[in-house]
Amino acid sequence: MTSYRLATGGLINRQKPLAFSFDGRRMLGFEGDSPASGLLANGQLLVGRSFKYHRPRGILTAGAAEPNALMTIGQGGLTEPNTRATMQELYQGLESQSQSRWPSLESDVGALNRLFSPFLGAGFYYKTFMWPASFWERIYEPLIRKAAGLGKASYEADPDSYDKRWAHCDLLVIGSGPAGLAAALSAGRSGARVILMDEHSATGGSLLSETATIGGAQASQFVAETVAELESLSNVQILTRTTVFGWYDGNVFGAIERVQKHVRDPLPAVPVERLWRIVSKRALLASGAEERPLVFGGNDIPGVMMATAMRTYLNRYGVAPGKQVAIFTTNDSGYALARDLESAGVDLVAVIDSRADTVFRYSGRARVIKGAYVSDAYGGKALSSISVWKNGSVEMLEADALAMSGGFSPIIRLACHRGAKPIWSDEHAGFLAPTSVNGFDLAGAVNTSSGIATCLAEGAARGAASVEGLGFAASVATFATVEGDIVAPPAKPVWNIPRIKGKAFIDYQNDVHSKDLRLAVQEGYGHVELAKRYTTNGMATDQGKLSNVNAIGLLAEARGLSPAEIGATTFRPFYTPYHSAR
Amino acid sequence: MASLVHCPHCGVRPRQEFTVKGAALVRPAPDADKKSWMDYVYLRENPSGRYEEFWHHSSGCRRWLVVIRDTATHEIEASRDAALVGQTDART
Repeated sequence: MTSYRLATGGLINRQKPLAFSFDGRRMLGFEGDSPASGLLANGQLLVGRSFKYHRPRGILTAGAAEPNALMTIGQGGLTEPNTRATMQELYQGLESQSQSRWPSLESDVGALNRLFSPFLGAGFYYKTFMWPASFWERIYEPLIRKAAGLGKASYEADPDSYDKRWAHCDLLVIGSGPAGLAAALSAGRSGARVILMDEHSATGGSLLSETATIGGAQASQFVAETVAELESLSNVQILTRTTVFGWYDGNVFGAIERVQKHVRDPLPAVPVERLWRIVSKRALLASGAEERPLVFGGNDIPGVMMATAMRTYLNRYGVAPGKQVAIFTTNDSGYALARDLESAGVDLVAVIDSRADTVFRYSGRARVIKGAYVSDAYGGKALSSISVWKNGSVEMLEADALAMSGGFSPIIRLACHRGAKPIWSDEHAGFLAPTSVNGFDLAGAVNTSSGIATCLAEGAARGAASVEGLGFAASVATFATVEGDIVAPPAKPVWNIPRIKGKAFIDYQNDVHSKDLRLAVQEGYGHVELAKRYTTNGMATDQGKLSNVNAIGLLAEARGLSPAEIGATTFRPFYTPYHSAR
Repeated sequence: MASLVHCPHCGVRPRQEFTVKGAALVRPAPDADKKSWMDYVYLRENPSGRYEEFWHHSSGCRRWLVVIRDTATHEIEASRDAALVGQTDART
């Protein structure tokens, strides 16, 4: 019980408390919370058990990529398994249950698997359950089926109603962060029909987690003003809670809108979910970038979290991740978190920067250890300490929360749904989308831009250019000066951290750790598509959002090739899983 | 496969409104030799590229169309009413 709610701050409505429960435990959150932030505010770090080794797991992200915090909400026919605690919204009386554990989350029998883990490497099932052949159907398969799987679906009929709808527009903007908002504004002012979609409950994207100011106003205030202007335009439609999951031929997009998934008592006359098919003449992808985890031992212990996620919980939800926080970063973005934690009065143990030659000058009080790595994290159901490796010597530090930032991968999945292959860039240390074709453009962090001001300007320019191509007279929207933004230029990625003792996870959801990938290479399954299937890396419901690039980097090092030669696996619809009903 | 199909009568419509019959072949004469009939009934080209097909706008104007599409890029080059291009074999 180390994470807690700060006395002030955040975009939550503290006047409106909401009661909810997790595994029967009563908790209190506020309007504007997600179950994830509510759990953290109540000191609940342990939220699930891992798939294979049943290791205790905590909340890792604050968005769509969440691999650990999957829970079942609702009862009977309304049961909803595998709900991401980071994407759901809190409502009065929400009841949630943890998954993949028996008999309880705190004491899980499956955790015994950890003792056998030396024998449970990649390909264990293929090698072990081969013979006798007659055992497969009657003994092995039922056993494996019982042990595997995530949440359980209900056998009862779903009483909710669902809907589908077509939409037509000149420009579809996907993502409402700085680039998306600016693009919608430029295009909307020209009179073009614009649809702006965002999968989160609120527009603003990364701006909602920012402490930087735009024209002297808080970033969230800027979002509110921009959205107010967009809403005043009759040719602009804004859809939140709507995930664009696929890009199809003829610029047709598929999207799912969660119309009433965030309320306790859905109105019977209104559908609970709506499937959209959008025909757009032009599209602009402003989906941002995903932060990559760092692969050190015990990087899955509850209390270890992505740095941007920790910043979101701190700034948007007013939740401190712990009482003694450490940050392990390979790039400048870790310092933005350090600054925000210090100004919120949270004790910062150290900032561990993998770069010995970093030029960033941190002005805060915290200790900065340059050219160092976190090699292992220790703790059972909560983080207790970390070992920091520097020039061959190891130092132990006490910490109950650790943020990690291994650089950023542009979220280019949609841009590759029609068959184009992503292209590796050494400069940006990530896979980039192929050049724009078929009236499909990119802006913002997905296009490797970083910094709020850059993303605003680029979004505005690309949005205007998109509709100008259709004959609209658009002018590029301009914005006030941004202050206090820490721009993180891409840094050299760190694939291999020295002296790891514990299990270093790459794919959290499918329990794939670094040794599994090395084993795959050793056994001749080093090709990226083979390694994926041999180790199951990137095959879980999160589709490798966090793990793919780390796995490719590791394969590249193990095989002595560059990530460009390894290549990426194929991106196909759907971007995230969704339920379909008729 | 293309998501949107241009129908000469109805304009651009979603693919879901159409039914694909298959290759737009010319029917051999009734007394043609067995080989021609064998080719017509059973043998199909499977090209990577340009392909002519009969499409029925089942949920629209219910006209038979000849759609020329690229099987590799999924692009539709042209679509015309089958009767107007002299191919009336579509219904059989």
